[in-house]
Amino acid sequence: MSLFNLFIKSVFVDNMIFAYFLGMCSYLAVSKTVKTSFGLGVAVTFVLVVTVPINFLVNKYLLAPGTLAWLSPNFATVDLSFLTYILFIAIIAAIVQILEMVIEKFSPALYSALGIFLPLIAVNCAILGCSLFMQERGFSNVGQAAVFGLGSGLGWLLAIVGIAAIREKIRYSHIPKGLQGVGIAFIITGLMGIAFMAFMGIKL
Amino acid sequence: MSAIKKLLIEPLRKANPITVLVLGICSCLAVTAQLKPALVMGASVTVVTALSNLIISLLRKGIPSRIRIIVQLVVVATLVILVDQFLKAFVYDVSKQLSVFVGLIITNCIVMGRLEAFAMSHKPWESFLDGLGNGLGYSLILVIVAFFRELFGSGTLFGYQVVPQSFYEAGYQNNGLMILPPMALVVVGVIIWINNSKTESK
Repeated sequence: MSLFNLFIKSVFVDNMIFAYFLGMCSYLAVSKTVKTSFGLGVAVTFVLVVTVPINFLVNKYLLAPGTLAWLSPNFATVDLSFLTYILFIAIIAAIVQILEMVIEKFSPALYSALGIFLPLIAVNCAILGCSLFMQERGFSNVGQAAVFGLGSGLGWLLAIVGIAAIREKIRYSHIPKGLQGVGIAFIITGLMGIAFMAFMGIKL
Repeated sequence: MSAIKKLLIEPLRKANPITVLVLGICSCLAVTAQLKPALVMGASVTVVTALSNLIISLLRKGIPSRIRIIVQLVVVATLVILVDQFLKAFVYDVSKQLSVFVGLIITNCIVMGRLEAFAMSHKPWESFLDGLGNGLGYSLILVIVAFFRELFGSGTLFGYQVVPQSFYEAGYQNNGLMILPPMALVVVGVIIWINNSKTESK
């Protein structure tokens, strides 16, 4: 699969929100205004581009069955894949922490723009989900993993900015009382998901 | 007694983690196309929430607050690994169906949310019950959504045919849209709607 193909597929066809519901919590909680949701989207994309390739390397050289052979031939039969979850989440939490410090040091403007979102991202399911999908699909090199991370992040950004724009517009609409707020956001997301299904089956 | 009851019952309706607090939607909707994986997922989340609440509550005095998120993540991740290995050993087909979503229990906001909001400041037994109650509230919604999606989407429940053959002969068709991801969102939206209007009218 070419990189471009993979990119388009991860943005539109396998959209994190509409196809897998990943990162829904922050998606619903933060999507009240376009500006903040754009900030969160950028932060998520950023973290995905960094963590997915790193987790790819970890998976390739540490976790997958038999890959410890590069250390010593005695380890050729070791299978550490059951440690996947704990290692991935530890790496993600650590990288988010490091990113937060680096950004604070070198770009205070970006830091204040991303603000509280950065620490929240460690527990965003889209990040861990993306790494787990990467492992499940067995990409062949780091480039593919990075492109997959970038595409998934941009797809997520697209989704959250889209719903934020719609929610800004419907603020003054007459919505039945029980449906106001979260309820209608769910249904709108469902409708957007149906629209995104049009991309299914596209072959590039 | 009534306090215990309250901890268990409240998350089912009034403070339901999904419909009222809107937590933990992330990993749950994708598994509700059929009842069986939904039930297994609900049970897994209940176990993880209850036990992680218990463990964190036992440790709560020893955890420095600066690194509590990492400590919580490690405890939760360990429990999820146990659950994952258990599922792989005993219900392999369902575990294959759930794929990455078992792992995503780690970042399920219900687990983290209860740890932060309840277990860090309450006694072990209460925390355990609170985790149990929230897990059950989560499972309840999961099962309701899965019930409707499987019934209308494939005409079955737990894989058994419930829509009689004569219906199909008379021209009844399964609604294929119900199995696709977007309808899960719409179904949850409707459940929230019903739930909200019920609690308001009281």
